[in-house]
Amino acid sequence: MRFSMLPSVFVQMFKKPWTNKFPAKYAPSNTTQFLADVGEGKAEIVPPIQTPKGFRGKIKYDKEKCTGCQLCIKYCPCEAIEFKPKEKKIKIFLARCCFCSQCNDVCPTNCLTMGDEFLLADADPYSKDLIVE
Amino acid sequence: MKQTATTKTSYHIPVGPIHPALKEPVYFEFEIDGERIIDVNVKLGHIHRGVEWASRKRNPIQVLYLAERICGICSYCHPAAFSLAVEAAADIQVPERAEYLRVIQGELERICSHILWAGVAAHEIGFDTVLYFTWQIREKALDLTEYLTGNRITKGIMTIGGIRRDITKDMLPRIKRDLQFFKDNFEKLRHIFLDDKTIKMRSQGAGILTKKDALKLCAVGPTTRASGVKKDVRVDTSYFAYGDLDIDYITPDVLTGNINGDVYDRIIQRLLEVKQSIDLVEQCIDEMPAGEIVSEPKIPKLMNQLKKVNGEGVGRHEAPRGEVIHYVKFNGQTENPYTWKVRAPTYNNILPWIPMLKGEQIADIPIVAASTDPCMSCTNRVAIVNNNSKYELTKEQLHKMSVEKTRRFMK
Ligand code: SF4
Ligand code: SF4
Repeated sequence: MRFSMLPSVFVQMFKKPWTNKFPAKYAPSNTTQFLADVGEGKAEIVPPIQTPKGFRGKIKYDKEKCTGCQLCIKYCPCEAIEFKPKEKKIKIFLARCCFCSQCNDVCPTNCLTMGDEFLLADADPYSKDLIVE
Repeated sequence: MKQTATTKTSYHIPVGPIHPALKEPVYFEFEIDGERIIDVNVKLGHIHRGVEWASRKRNPIQVLYLAERICGICSYCHPAAFSLAVEAAADIQVPERAEYLRVIQGELERICSHILWAGVAAHEIGFDTVLYFTWQIREKALDLTEYLTGNRITKGIMTIGGIRRDITKDMLPRIKRDLQFFKDNFEKLRHIFLDDKTIKMRSQGAGILTKKDALKLCAVGPTTRASGVKKDVRVDTSYFAYGDLDIDYITPDVLTGNINGDVYDRIIQRLLEVKQSIDLVEQCIDEMPAGEIVSEPKIPKLMNQLKKVNGEGVGRHEAPRGEVIHYVKFNGQTENPYTWKVRAPTYNNILPWIPMLKGEQIADIPIVAASTDPCMSCTNRVAIVNNNSKYELTKEQLHKMSVEKTRRFMK
């Protein structure tokens, strides 16, 4: 065929789009305002697609199990983890984290796991959402 | 006529380093006569990032993630070559299952990369419908990557002495389903690329790299294979599990019967490689033995082992763009590498641009340049700076400096 893409293009015009329209069907003119409206229940958000099993999202930290051995600090490639000497616990700055889950692998007590939360964008790198302790 | 005698016949056009047509910084100097390119000069070194230097302050586990960030598309190849180098230096035996899993990840990355490239190539010749079609397939490939590794791009799957995630039995149906999807769409893609008039018109006979030039300039990967040179690390050295798998060199004449070394051949080459990769993943899934996936799961223990290593290792891996080489040296005092040297495949594929571009038209520059699948940021390893400004050394200057150094030693 001379122009082999034409049939696909015509079919495409009547198909449901592949893209998930997150966070809204049409891009809001003011995203901050839109999110505030969502918070107040005035607007509805189009949910993101489900994350697969084993996804590397926001780290979950089981503080009780942590022995303060500092192995995770030694092997974190991004220096995203800080030691709190008084409590002998750690503090993870997610703004620096690259979600490699290396800390999960080295931790001898398995107190770190990867969650599935990924909407972590924030203007402030030290905001409460971006620090796990 | 008097007027024509004084008119300049050729023009000098600089393109780059920052230019809307270039995705990454590189500097071209074209000598143009009308629409025809008479001469071209390429300059690099605009995006040196000091990655190798940064490795000296990191232990090998941390370097893995640094290596991953050399290139976004080859985010598996660099840690793979680095691990191979470290394993060679420290004499680490990798379990057999891990070798197969490593092949699966490597080939999946090749599928992603080649399909991405096919879309970019279509975009460069102004055929954007194909761009969206190919990237739809790539999206599936990325979803599969995410399913297998937990991330879409920077996979974080490689580790020294094995691999970090296993493929369990319950994952197989999903993998097989996606492979079938790739196969079905591959046929469609092949039809578009090989039978469509638009692509043929723009790519046949454009940017020819002869076999002689490919050999002389040491081109690597699909760029050299499309010119008929049988060079592929997977077959030549049979690392990972490639030795056990049914794999042979692929050149475009498998499909078309002859080799021209033009852009069209490079398109065929990459499509055939996608097919080969799908086949290799299937073979691995069928033949994978059971067993461990990492030689030493306790990382502190592994580090103690590496601390004692006094020696060097070289790791070679066939990345989607060609052979990537990592050299690592340990000095036996710390576990951090004493030296780490990276040679990305694009480094070899830059000089072939010159014979490819000479004699072409200006409008062919994007597609010919894109046909080697260049990756500038991965390539740049050196920037020579003096008083905050960059300068270059010519061959003669380097020779002079070398002679002077010998004299200093002899004093
Ligand atoms: S996931 Fe990786 S980067 Fe993030 S804290 Fe853990 S080791 Fe550091
Ligand atoms: S490795 Fe685990 S136990 Fe040790 S300090 Fe880190 S989180 Fe705590």
